[in-house]
Amino acid sequence: MSTLELRDVAVSYGRREALVPFSETVRSGEWLGLIGPNGAGKSSLLRAIVGVVEARGDVLVDGVSLASCSRRRRAALVAYVPQSPTIPDDMTGFEYVLLGRSPYIGYFGTERREDKEKAAAVLERLELQDFAQRRLGALSGGERQRLVIARALAQEAPILLLDEPTSALDIGHQQQALELVARLREEQGLTVISAMHDLTLAGLYSDRLALLHEGQCVARGAAVDVLQAETLAEFYGVRVTVHHDPDGTVVVIPRRDTL
Amino acid sequence: MPSSRSSSPPAEPRPAGAAPDDVAVTPAAGPAGAGATPGTVTPELARNGRWYAAGIASVVLAVLAGVMIGPAGPAWWRVPLELLDRLPLVSVDSGVSDIEWNILWSVRMPRVLLGGLVGAMLALAGASYQGVFRNPLVEPYLLGAAAGAGLGATLVFTVMRSATQDWPVDPAPAAAFAVAIITVTVTYLVGGTFGSGRSSVTLVLAGVAVSALASAIQTFILQRNVDVVREVFTWILGRLSTARWADVRLVVPYVAVSSLVLLAHRRHLDVFRVGEDEATTLGAPVARVRLVVVVAATLGTAAVVSVSGLIGFVGIAVPHLVRLVAGASYRRVLPLSFLFGATFLIVADIPGRVLTKPAETPIGVVTAFLGAPFLILVLRTSARRPS
Repeated sequence: MSTLELRDVAVSYGRREALVPFSETVRSGEWLGLIGPNGAGKSSLLRAIVGVVEARGDVLVDGVSLASCSRRRRAALVAYVPQSPTIPDDMTGFEYVLLGRSPYIGYFGTERREDKEKAAAVLERLELQDFAQRRLGALSGGERQRLVIARALAQEAPILLLDEPTSALDIGHQQQALELVARLREEQGLTVISAMHDLTLAGLYSDRLALLHEGQCVARGAAVDVLQAETLAEFYGVRVTVHHDPDGTVVVIPRRDTL
Repeated sequence: MPSSRSSSPPAEPRPAGAAPDDVAVTPAAGPAGAGATPGTVTPELARNGRWYAAGIASVVLAVLAGVMIGPAGPAWWRVPLELLDRLPLVSVDSGVSDIEWNILWSVRMPRVLLGGLVGAMLALAGASYQGVFRNPLVEPYLLGAAAGAGLGATLVFTVMRSATQDWPVDPAPAAAFAVAIITVTVTYLVGGTFGSGRSSVTLVLAGVAVSALASAIQTFILQRNVDVVREVFTWILGRLSTARWADVRLVVPYVAVSSLVLLAHRRHLDVFRVGEDEATTLGAPVARVRLVVVVAATLGTAAVVSVSGLIGFVGIAVPHLVRLVAGASYRRVLPLSFLFGATFLIVADIPGRVLTKPAETPIGVVTAFLGAPFLILVLRTSARRPS
């Protein structure tokens, strides 16, 4: 249960500004979806929050600046699922998920029984027990992706950042993974920020969307406001039909103009 | 999956003497080749215990073989008897003369122990470097320790010969150690200054550059002092043969401190396996771990290189062998590399003293002969795996 506040967070690589100052408050239990074309700054924003890229501005969790927290404390507050995680082939699924307990282990310490139990519990909750003793190198992309999410959940951080969490998954596993995050959000009040390419899914699961373009936030608000054909045409350069389901779902359908 | 896995719930409190459980769980995990059940600590410990026992046994056997075999001295079967006889409260007539005992105790024993220390240190340093740089082909000499040591020794044999002649200690190891530390420091400063601090690629490249520079200076000096080339190369190619107790005493503190520091970081090296960025997001103090591990591994490497010369391939071959048979977790790889590194070098030192007797084959040549084909095997194995 934590509120994440971003104050003028900005990222530049050399001279190139990847993200101009961005401010936003994501309330406890809220899901913010980041959308935008490739290179829009979605990943940079997530990487800035988690502290693996140098950034200006300030990130606060419940009013406390992350910059003033120790590495371990930060990791206990914010968990991160990278876009293309490094998968050590010869690590087992259990060992991998256990890494998520690192923030709770002292410098010279080692995992306690409690940590192993928590890792095992996460595997069970995600129905990944079968992969506990399998080598990661022997698993499919989708199975690995679910283990990466499991590792982030084992971190037990109140804030979860997901960078394209479903890009490697088929439609069934996409839904499964997102439903899982949605359920955990409800059960534990997780605050979620996710960068997503699939606009329909982004609108479906997020409370609010922020559309980034060339490092700037060009639109934000509810899916119904952000996902408009003209807006998407302008920033993605895409022709789409936006369909509104009776239940409020916004469906973005690519269109092919035939002569 | 069989229900047997879920039937051992992790939350179950375990009594102190949980031996029956061990017996029940271990065989189930064994055939699958899968290892420990999550949440249950004991089978994992038992598995580790077996590996450590095997490692220690191999060291003991290697030491025995090392003191039993040699070109001169007592018949091999008399040696264990003699060692038994030396134990308190044990009296066995081994028929070993005093001179033979001297060969055993003053020549073979320090040589074997030094070989063990050097092998253990090089293998452990190699495994640690491989963990911290996440590169399986990295060796303990990566950041310039070898080139520096070679240059230091060359300096002593050539331009500093007259200046160091009256030194009470052997100047070559001291100079090798000093210059090795200097080259690695330069590497670290250069790599750290120009790198992003988060990537170790610059550090590795800086190591290559500094090594090349040190080797170039060494070649230049040698070319102007052709008369000592043989002397220098004998030194560089490894020389456990001249080991004395003084050498053993010299490296023990370095090996002890450096090994303890490295072994204390074995969990961190497992976190490093997901890359430095992700390790950061998991709360790992990446920069500090890298610095501490590199300093400890370098210090230990420089110390053993200064007394033994450059012994190649131990730092690559042993950790890989350990990974292949015992799994890739650094919690096992580091301690087992230490143990099997000692075994490997003690054993590798044996053919060198008997095959070409009375001449010696340099230990560096033997390890390269054994190590080079092994490296090719490793490449073949890792090429077949999906990356």
